[in-house]
Amino acid sequence: MRDGSGIALYAHYFKIQLKSAMQYKGSFILTCIGQFLVSFNVFLGVYFMFRRFHSVNGYAYSDILLCFGITLMEFSLAEAFARGFDTFSSMLSNGMFDRIMVRPRNEIFQVLGQRIEFTRLGRMLQAVIMFIYGVTKSGIAWDVPKVLAVIFMLLGGMALFCGIFLIYAALCFFTTESLEFMNILTDGAREYGKYPVNIYGKKVLLLCTFIVPYALVQYYPLLYLLGRGSLWYIFLPAGGFLFLLPCYGLWRLGLSHYKSTGS
Amino acid sequence: MKKYISFFRLRFVMGLQYRSAALAGVATQFVWGTMEILMFRAFYEADAAAFPMTLQATCSYVWMQQAFLSLFMAWMMEGEIFNAIVDGNISYELCRPVNLYDMWFARSMANRFSMALLRCIPVLLGSVLIKAPYGMMAPVSWKAFLLFVITLFLGAFVTIAFCMLVYISCFFTVSSMGVRMVAVSVVEFFQGGVIPIPFFPEKVREIMELLPFAAMQNVSFRIYSGDLSGKAMEKAVFLQVFWLIVLTAAGRGLNRIAMKKVVVQGG
Repeated sequence: MRDGSGIALYAHYFKIQLKSAMQYKGSFILTCIGQFLVSFNVFLGVYFMFRRFHSVNGYAYSDILLCFGITLMEFSLAEAFARGFDTFSSMLSNGMFDRIMVRPRNEIFQVLGQRIEFTRLGRMLQAVIMFIYGVTKSGIAWDVPKVLAVIFMLLGGMALFCGIFLIYAALCFFTTESLEFMNILTDGAREYGKYPVNIYGKKVLLLCTFIVPYALVQYYPLLYLLGRGSLWYIFLPAGGFLFLLPCYGLWRLGLSHYKSTGS
Repeated sequence: MKKYISFFRLRFVMGLQYRSAALAGVATQFVWGTMEILMFRAFYEADAAAFPMTLQATCSYVWMQQAFLSLFMAWMMEGEIFNAIVDGNISYELCRPVNLYDMWFARSMANRFSMALLRCIPVLLGSVLIKAPYGMMAPVSWKAFLLFVITLFLGAFVTIAFCMLVYISCFFTVSSMGVRMVAVSVVEFFQGGVIPIPFFPEKVREIMELLPFAAMQNVSFRIYSGDLSGKAMEKAVFLQVFWLIVLTAAGRGLNRIAMKKVVVQGG
């Protein structure tokens, strides 16, 4: 493995991890099913709420499905690459990170390569199904800007969630422990992202526009898709990428602060 | 009996040590609860007539759910027990002159109760201060409050008895991960963890209310707010007792079978 292509190295990491996951096939499959069921619960919750209420804040069931499908997909895509940060606190405390730092490769790249969670496939599968279901059920007349809007949402959302995972890890530099509170921004956002952000009220919408820009990758472009917003909304998901900058800044700050915990 | 009580006391006190972790958890629970309530509010504003409970009862339900999370969530199973079964440490436990079932039951009780005690006080205090109808309401009557406390314990026992079945199943399957995740999702959904049981359509609801899962958090939370009363309440409490007896009997039976054929894998 010579210098040069990071992609080849990542592919190698990928292969090794896949092999190790395949050593326990039964457990692997059951865990996938479990992951599937967990997010399926969320869908059932939405389904039964709409059996009763039919619409919320002017959104019909099909609109919510589309929103839920896209959000879940954004999250799953980010998770596929960046969930490795989840175990970062144990990497710090067991000295694994010290080993990473002496290698001539980017640290983030290595942290992510260390742990690729294949069992998340269950959730991914669910996201794909929900996404397709949402898109076909939405009754939207698809044209070029609308397709672009969906693609931008997925990319921007993925960037946003990657950024949040990065913050999660960066905070570990300061606390060593992982913070339960951060779950709100990751799992909480996935859970509550099933509905467009504005149903939670003005304050939450403001928070999700200017502080952690969930609304930029979910609510505003969705408005355009549903024919209620102007065209420029489709470019708002770029905010997800902008959000990566402060996250990366925090990571660098943490890294420069880092003192080995010893082990 | 005495040894189980002292074991319970020991574990309970141990659980109370994790105060700062609990405090961090409380902050998280406030945000979860708030988001949940904002969601229900949106639906309430969409169609108040279709709301099956009063808004205030629903909000109280959400806050109680957050406060007593550790009593009823199936994912708070004991990792140690699973590990003991998988890595063979179980053999130490088997050497002791105690019944494994009772001991694990006492241990789960201690862990769940200590965690609930730490977390419920700040959550309840905080949510009482939130203005009506979004905060925690006062119980409808003294009688309801008393019943709430009794059914709260009954519900927690049913939850533990169900989790015991999952632990014991691990003797037969060795890898617990899959069974565990499936059990967790099923419990969460059917006990009204995703949305409260009254929100389901009539037919689905009738079936759900008969299942052991409805005997967990559902009963006490709804008695508190007066949403469950009269005949329906009597039936629900009866079902709680019924399921508690059935689940513990099943657990003990399975445990006896497992003990006869337990193989320690070495390690």
